[in-house]
Amino acid sequence: MSIESFSRPQLTLGQKLWSIQWFFVLLLCVTAGIGVAMLYSAANGSFDPWAGRQLVRFGVGLGAMIVIAVIDIRLWLRYAYVLYALVLVLLIGVDVMGTIGMGAQRWIRLGMVTIQPSELMKIALVLALARYFHSGSIEDIGRIRFLMPPLLMVLASSALVLRQPDLGTALMLIVAAGVMFFLAGVRLWKFWTLGIAALGALPIAWQFLHNYQKQRVLTFLDPERDPLGAGYHIIQSKIALGSGGLFGKGFMAGTQAHLNFLPEKQTDFVFTMMAEEFGLVGGLVLLGLYVLILAYGFAIGLRCLNQFGRLVALGVTTTFFLYIFINIAMVMGLIPVVGVPLPLISYGGTAMLTLMAGFGFLMGCWVHRDVLIGRRGANDDL
Amino acid sequence: MHRDSDRHKLFSRRAAILAGGKALLLSTLIGRMYYLQVLEARRYKTLADENRISLRLLPPPRGRIADRFGQLLAVNQQNYQVVLISEDVQEKRRSLEETLDLLKNIIHISPKERQRILREVRRRRGFVPVTVRENLNWEEVARIEVNAPDLPGINIDVGQSRFYPHAEVMAHVLGYVAAVSEGEQSGDPLLELPGFRIGKAGVEKVYDLALRGKGGSLQVEVNAIGRVIQEIMRQEGLPGAEIRLTVDLELQKLATRRLDGESGAVVVLDISNGDILAMTSSPSFDPNAFNKGLSTAEWKALVSDNRAPLINKAIAGQYAPGSTFKMVVALAALEKGIITPSTKVFCNGSVKLGNAEFHCWKKGGHGAMDLKDAITQSCDVYFYETSRRTGIDRIVAMALRLGFGMPLGFELPGEGGGLMPTRDWKQATLGQPWQQGETLLAGIGQGYLLATPLQLAVMAARLIKGDNVVPRLTRRIESEEWGMEEEDSEFASLGLNPQHLELVRNSMAAVVNDPFGTARKARIKQPGFEMGGKTGTSQVRRISKAEREQGVRKNEELEWRLRDHALFVGFAPLDEPRYAVAVVVEHGGSGSKAAAPIARDMLLEAQRRRSGAPPAPKQVADRLSAPESAVDGRDLRRENG
Repeated sequence: MSIESFSRPQLTLGQKLWSIQWFFVLLLCVTAGIGVAMLYSAANGSFDPWAGRQLVRFGVGLGAMIVIAVIDIRLWLRYAYVLYALVLVLLIGVDVMGTIGMGAQRWIRLGMVTIQPSELMKIALVLALARYFHSGSIEDIGRIRFLMPPLLMVLASSALVLRQPDLGTALMLIVAAGVMFFLAGVRLWKFWTLGIAALGALPIAWQFLHNYQKQRVLTFLDPERDPLGAGYHIIQSKIALGSGGLFGKGFMAGTQAHLNFLPEKQTDFVFTMMAEEFGLVGGLVLLGLYVLILAYGFAIGLRCLNQFGRLVALGVTTTFFLYIFINIAMVMGLIPVVGVPLPLISYGGTAMLTLMAGFGFLMGCWVHRDVLIGRRGANDDL
Repeated sequence: MHRDSDRHKLFSRRAAILAGGKALLLSTLIGRMYYLQVLEARRYKTLADENRISLRLLPPPRGRIADRFGQLLAVNQQNYQVVLISEDVQEKRRSLEETLDLLKNIIHISPKERQRILREVRRRRGFVPVTVRENLNWEEVARIEVNAPDLPGINIDVGQSRFYPHAEVMAHVLGYVAAVSEGEQSGDPLLELPGFRIGKAGVEKVYDLALRGKGGSLQVEVNAIGRVIQEIMRQEGLPGAEIRLTVDLELQKLATRRLDGESGAVVVLDISNGDILAMTSSPSFDPNAFNKGLSTAEWKALVSDNRAPLINKAIAGQYAPGSTFKMVVALAALEKGIITPSTKVFCNGSVKLGNAEFHCWKKGGHGAMDLKDAITQSCDVYFYETSRRTGIDRIVAMALRLGFGMPLGFELPGEGGGLMPTRDWKQATLGQPWQQGETLLAGIGQGYLLATPLQLAVMAARLIKGDNVVPRLTRRIESEEWGMEEEDSEFASLGLNPQHLELVRNSMAAVVNDPFGTARKARIKQPGFEMGGKTGTSQVRRISKAEREQGVRKNEELEWRLRDHALFVGFAPLDEPRYAVAVVVEHGGSGSKAAAPIARDMLLEAQRRRSGAPPAPKQVADRLSAPESAVDGRDLRRENG
């Protein structure tokens, strides 16, 4: 690690911009456009208070994404750990002095802005793990001792998030990290072993869950148990979805959403509102857009000539996928309500910026797909 | 390089597995969407509609009640109330307390009311109106409207409330309406509506179902907290039936006026068809007060009043019939052949039976009396003797035929049955054998005997007409659902000897018109309008031997509750009698002085109203304004011809 050598940028800014997948950007815009439309509907036909702000945030996110994409990927590689450490400090900060909202301590004030470090961690952890595995050979990865530092990174971050408490984000961090371990080549039996061990630890973990989290799990297992309390959300969400039918009730005509039977329609349950107003067809169109975005992620990852880029691309893609899956499965009553937004659609600034930053790194991987990076971060180590 | 290509290959393999896994997971999502939105869509559509559509009941207007000429007796009035919508109060950044303080300067709100309002506001959602005060008058409404800009969240609401324009005059017949109590919930959802009123007494209670009507329904779209967003469908209900009573409001007013200050009852009925023309109980109460809700103090005052204003004494008051019962004894004896019209009894002032002595009201005695004389002068000794010979069983049998001894099955609730004692009754209730002295007392309508004013009027009607006259209170019930009910009564004959009936009738005519008659002072002097009748004075205390020796105290010397009841039964006119009357004045002293003049006024007015110009109703109900029934028209022609 003594000599960190970077090759001179082989690409000019113009070339980089030219090489950005503009069709992919268009996909993001279309998806976010749908989101703005849904937020417009959620406010009963008004840009205020959600749709307008969401549009601005997407614009800012789009800018950030392009900036991140054109910055040399080796620079990101170089500062991956620093970034991770910074976010980790923020997470500790949340633990010590964060603001409490909706029963959990997730936000921290930094000057003018309030941010949610757990969201940032989703990207920071991907970058850090990608850098770590980039540096290891196949043989290294076979050694358990080699796997300890990244495991520690995952545990440290997810434990802090769990303390907030935010079960959904913690699970997302662990699953995304697991996927990266898997992609890096960690043997399958190790996953099995860990999986079985985790299953054994489940009863112990149950003890550490907060009451409301236990409630959520129990409610998930039997939503009718408490139809007016915790189960209410999921029952109303299913009614909204089901009553939407094949073609939906029409834009701004969802009764469940507009008569407020559907809770949190602008955030966690935005998919339900969309499916109520546009039916199965509308839901499938959105899923189709998501699949295209995911396909781009996979294509970029597979095309990358450097391991860092590959891992970052699929790490980001997986995080994106987890948002989609957890949110939609949650609103349809397949998994407990864990409070994960629907990417690009749900109202929320931090999630939007995290995602757009993630897409920035993904696009960065594409722009720098042919850059060869040595295991120690230099391209002359071939 | 080959090392990285190894990694790349491994990565690609695993990425493919990962992609497969993700595709699988996304497929489950699509499968779930298909299940919810296609397979189960119908069920969830129903559930969504159940969520958003709320069914509300629309209370139907309560049926109105009118007298026989269409004068409205019970109507629905617009009831202005102030309501407070706390949400709108707070929208204007003003506290509830401040608003109530402002309102207090305009209309009176007691501290207790204020507490209730604040409590209700706390308990209900912000958009649910809370009633501040009901039954505002015009002035108060105007004052609130003028100040409306300063009173956000304070609104005037119009509801319907029952109103009895003749309040006390009709109180006992009509009864009243009041809020539904827990025990009265019958499953009719109308009863669960806040503020809904049902009949609690009188006609309002008996015909409550007909008057109530059928509720309409309103489908509204509501949001999750129950706020109404829009109306979807409205189905009007059936208004309550309109009821026409047999009562004549003007006679009713007269009776109320004549009984004013007294405690008692008046019943006037039409002998030809049993129509109750007037039924008054005094003192009365204001039924409108019940609708507004009585305070505990007001309620206590009504209940503890020893003149029992809430009781309809015409049907529930039970009095010893006194001398008015003598016609019954006479008929029982005549029908069984125990006496004849010429049978004479000598009255020397008293009769001895064993150790007991039974006195006539006339201290020196009447001398030799036949039946007509005995009724005319109300000789007690004649009837002691007659009843002794007839026996209690025959007397009671005749009394039952004439309407005594059990409820008549009258339309109003709370009818008393009176009491006609028999040997069996005494053995069963008191465990003692019947004493002959008690038969003697029964002969002058005293002892255990009890009768209601309605029974007395019915007795008069039956023995004048010879038919089994049954009283009725309603002429017509009109509603879309109930159809129209009107039948004229044809009564069966009682099967009594017409000569005996005529003798009794003539004797009653003599009571009023004979120089020796006990009610001569109360006779009707206008030719063609003369009445007949019988006085009655029923003792409520026992006169001791000592007192009798010193001279019986006069009623005026006694305290009110110990004075005799004054009774009178009568009929008019003498030729072709049409009206029967019964008057009871509680503790009124003698029947001739207290009761007979009232009966006279009632009978005279009843005849005048029929023979004179037909009354022109000032206020005729639109649906009740059809020409008077054919029955009255025919009778008028016959009368004129």
